[in-house]
Amino acid sequence: MAAPPPDPQFVLRGTSAAVHTLHFSCGGQEPDVPVLFSGSENGLIHVWNLKTHRVDKALDGHGRKSVCWVETMDGKDRLLSQGRDQKICLWDLAEGRASVTDSVFTENVGFCRCSLLKVAEGRWLMAMAAKALDEVQVLELPSKTSVCTLKPEAGAKLGMPMCLKLWQINCGSQPLLLAGYENGSVVLWNLSMGKVLSQLFCHQEPVMSLDFDSEKAKGISGSSERVLSIWSLNEQQNLQVHTTHRLVNSGISDITIRPDKKILATAGWDHRIRVFGWKKMKPLAVLDYHTATVHCVSFSDHKNPSERLLAAGSKDHRISIWSIYTQT
Amino acid sequence: MATAVESALREALAGPAPGAAALCALRDALAAAGGEAAPGPRERERLGALLRSLAAAAAAGPEEPAGPWRSCFAEAPPGLALSALLGALGEPRGAAPRSVRGVGGGGGGRAVPCRAVPLQCPLSPRRAGAGLRALLEELERLVRGRLAAVLGELCQPRGAAELGAGLLGAVVALPERLSSGLQGGLQGGLPALFLPQNYFPLLAAAIVEALHEVAAALRGGSDCSISFLSHVLGKVCVRGRQKEILSVLVPRLADLTKSDCIWQRICWRLVECVPDRCMEAVVLGFVQRAPGADVLSRLLGNLVVKNKHAQFVVTQKFFLLQYGYTTAVLQNLLGYLSLDSLRRALLIKVLQELLETWSSSSAVKHSPPEQQEYISKAILICLSHLKDSEIESCRQELLTSMMEGVKCHLDSSLPQIRRLGMIVAESISSKINTDGPVLKFQYEEDDEARELKSLLVQAPSFCVPSVPDDSRKEKADAALPSASESNGKSHTAAAHVVSDEESDTELDSDDDLTPYDMSEDKELKTKAPVYIRDCIEVLTGSEDVDKWEATVKALESLVRKNPAATREVSVELAKILLHLEEKTCIEGFAELRQRAQVAVLTVDPIPVAQYLTSQFYSLNYSLRQRMDILDVLVLAARELSCPKVHGKTKHVEKPCVQLLPASDSSKDWRRIVDERIKSKTRRFAKGPSQVQVASGPNEFNSVAGHFFFPLLQNFDRPLSTFDLLGEDHFVLGRLVHTLAVLLYLAVNTTAVTAMGKALMEFVWALRFHTDSYVRQGLLSCISSMLLSVPAEHLLNNMTEELLETQSWLGDVVEKDPDGDCRRLALQNLLLMENLKKKLNKTVPS
Repeated sequence: MAAPPPDPQFVLRGTSAAVHTLHFSCGGQEPDVPVLFSGSENGLIHVWNLKTHRVDKALDGHGRKSVCWVETMDGKDRLLSQGRDQKICLWDLAEGRASVTDSVFTENVGFCRCSLLKVAEGRWLMAMAAKALDEVQVLELPSKTSVCTLKPEAGAKLGMPMCLKLWQINCGSQPLLLAGYENGSVVLWNLSMGKVLSQLFCHQEPVMSLDFDSEKAKGISGSSERVLSIWSLNEQQNLQVHTTHRLVNSGISDITIRPDKKILATAGWDHRIRVFGWKKMKPLAVLDYHTATVHCVSFSDHKNPSERLLAAGSKDHRISIWSIYTQT
Repeated sequence: MATAVESALREALAGPAPGAAALCALRDALAAAGGEAAPGPRERERLGALLRSLAAAAAAGPEEPAGPWRSCFAEAPPGLALSALLGALGEPRGAAPRSVRGVGGGGGGRAVPCRAVPLQCPLSPRRAGAGLRALLEELERLVRGRLAAVLGELCQPRGAAELGAGLLGAVVALPERLSSGLQGGLQGGLPALFLPQNYFPLLAAAIVEALHEVAAALRGGSDCSISFLSHVLGKVCVRGRQKEILSVLVPRLADLTKSDCIWQRICWRLVECVPDRCMEAVVLGFVQRAPGADVLSRLLGNLVVKNKHAQFVVTQKFFLLQYGYTTAVLQNLLGYLSLDSLRRALLIKVLQELLETWSSSSAVKHSPPEQQEYISKAILICLSHLKDSEIESCRQELLTSMMEGVKCHLDSSLPQIRRLGMIVAESISSKINTDGPVLKFQYEEDDEARELKSLLVQAPSFCVPSVPDDSRKEKADAALPSASESNGKSHTAAAHVVSDEESDTELDSDDDLTPYDMSEDKELKTKAPVYIRDCIEVLTGSEDVDKWEATVKALESLVRKNPAATREVSVELAKILLHLEEKTCIEGFAELRQRAQVAVLTVDPIPVAQYLTSQFYSLNYSLRQRMDILDVLVLAARELSCPKVHGKTKHVEKPCVQLLPASDSSKDWRRIVDERIKSKTRRFAKGPSQVQVASGPNEFNSVAGHFFFPLLQNFDRPLSTFDLLGEDHFVLGRLVHTLAVLLYLAVNTTAVTAMGKALMEFVWALRFHTDSYVRQGLLSCISSMLLSVPAEHLLNNMTEELLETQSWLGDVVEKDPDGDCRRLALQNLLLMENLKKKLNKTVPS
């Protein structure tokens, strides 16, 4: 008989609001403490010390509006956060500071999370939903100059962008953007030309989340339906459905592939976290701890694989931290 | 010899009082006559007279008479001595002995003139010393030693006629006579021997001894009559001393008759000769005390076949006219009937009569539940004794009465009667249809039901106990291997599954991640709607069963959380809930629906109450729905009238369908008493010693009338499908109980007086209803009224009604067949009494 699924390694409580986004920053050398950033519905960003399991800092920069995305830029001292107050803030957390040094007003009313990609040392690209409902804008950071605006053709009827993923095949190559849309399609954009390279209609419902493995040129997306869709990108830059995986319960709010591309985790509306082997989409574990919808899952970026963690934030105000499949 | 006695007698009787010398002579003469045959009638008469005068002298005088008078009693024939002693002692204090009638024939009138004496010189207890005590001692010695001789003497063919009835009375009533004759007249009281609990066992032992003599005489070939003993036994029993005498007599006789047929015949004769008017007491005494049916059969023989009176007692009175005996006694008697072929005819007759009563609707309606249980038990025991051939002969009758009986039992509004009917009908049907399908009801299988059913199989256990056991064992054996087989199968199946999985992982070997157990990953239950309007949509039109189920479960909390949203659609929601039927099998569906209904009603009381009460009397509802309406009204009223903890609704006790019954009022009782004690108790403690009771405005105040009055409106107007005063008396019972509870909950509201008055009229119209459940409800109504309506209003506005009610309650207490009704009526009378006391207290001050 297979072993029973593990319990969470520990649970972080105290956000006192639904947790919408998580981001680890554990790559630093000693004596840097590994931290976890969490953004919650009450507009606070908590910085969790993973040694003490306590909140180091609570950042309040979004006017009590829900925080839907946090991401670091080179270590844990510079943090980007996106809130429902239509602002993206850049935080300076070095040496105990906690101040917003810069911010972008997105004018977008949706809840599409941004995507950040480091293209060179000190240079990042950030994709975000723009003011017009169906547009995506890509900015260069830290200069905040607009790289391009991706506007679907008239009559494409994609709807709003729901999720974004900036990627590049390898360093220095052309960055590309995968975007999931309200009408259930995943679209590959060429940033320099601002054109659609490929469109794949893989869901009946809005795409809630997607992730992409650039090594295998394979991605996965989830929606409010009962299926996960796995698709691949061929040499002609065409997206094709690879397989679909049927779930027990419908509704996926977040999908993350572990940086080592071995496993992936999904955050389900059924309160459960599912772990799959990425190679064959083999179901590995169902982690049943939360008592409400799980909003986000995130893997840590520990240098040592055995320390790697999985974190999940849920509507039940809790963040569960798991240590799973760390030996491979 | 006889002449010696006679001359001594003559001498002794010559003077006004016999001298010591004369007595000495008499004693010697008597002692010399000793064991010889008793003296002739003349001597007996004289001797009797002498003894009586001696005893009278001893009793009347302050001192003992001179001479050896005591030994005269010791030597005289025991019967004479006993009647003389009793004559003196048993008379009212100080009175001269009245001649025991019949003793001594013509000499009867001799002592009578002395009647006036005690009035002139009453015997004061202090002075009634030595003589009286001496007489008692003499009597005690006689009773202890020679009681059997007295009885034996009377069994002789000669002796009986002479002493006969007088002595019979004396022997039977000895304790009573003594105690009434010597009332307080003796220091130290009566000797313990003469208390009934000691005397009658002694008498029983004496009877056995006398019977021994009779047995010996019979074996010797001489003739003996035991009718005197039968008379003694009968009289004692009819005087209510069955317990004392038979608890000694029955075991002894049971022992003696075990193997001796002469004793059996003696015993049968003893019972047969009991006079008719005492027969009932004797037979019932035997039945109650015999340790088993076989013993009873030995003791009574075929009495019931020979004696009409006994037959009537056994077949009619015992089963149909009373119901106090235990199951063991029933089994005794019916077992006795079944043990002889002559008596089996009676057994069938008994069964027929029992069934007739059982299946008569008026008996079911009017007799108390205890009696019906008794009859049911008797039927079951009868059935257990019947043989197949006998059942075959009366199958048709059994079937008809079963059908009749089931119908009227199921019609009853008392659950226990319904269940009795089901159990008995099941038993009958299993007896008459040995091969075909049998009746099967659904009822709760509790101890009582099991006990009843055990009556059906228990009796024949002594004949063939081993056969069923064996077959059962075989069956178990047969079942075992199959079970293990299936186990084995499931094992192998499991193994297959495992190997399948293993092969799966092998195929997947490039992926070295081992999965965890995912068997718990089941489909999540459908989410319940979040808005009231969604609920309405789901409940009215949705085909999605899961969603429907989730909605039903979530509705109550949703309603309570969103009172404003509920108010917009409250009546519509109430209507939907009232008509809601169970689509799938949800656990506790009725309760869920009821709670939702209560929630809607409490959130928006007036319109919903108006709707529900109007629906109660409208067409096309099932009885179930109508009763639902009543339950919901009560529960909501209770919730509204309860004080609430700030902001939070206090959770109502688990509501369930059977919560209405009248036992509520007993709780009220308790509360009232507690409160009264509290008000009368002065406390000398500082500071807040008691927990503050949650308080708040009574929300029921403003809406009580809406809950109450519409229910009273149309009860006497039958609809085509709903006739409260006719067939649907069960709903009427619920309605009445509901009204009682509503009025009780309306205590301290402004409408309560009007409500009480209306209810009073309602009760008055229905007070002679035939259904006991309805009557119980009416009595609860009265209780509620007395408890809820303020006393001054009650007395000012309803005096006449109260008086009428009081007399009605008195009637109920005395005459109602239902125990609960009587109890409730009594409680009501007590409440009224308290009211009166309260009034008396307030008026003078």
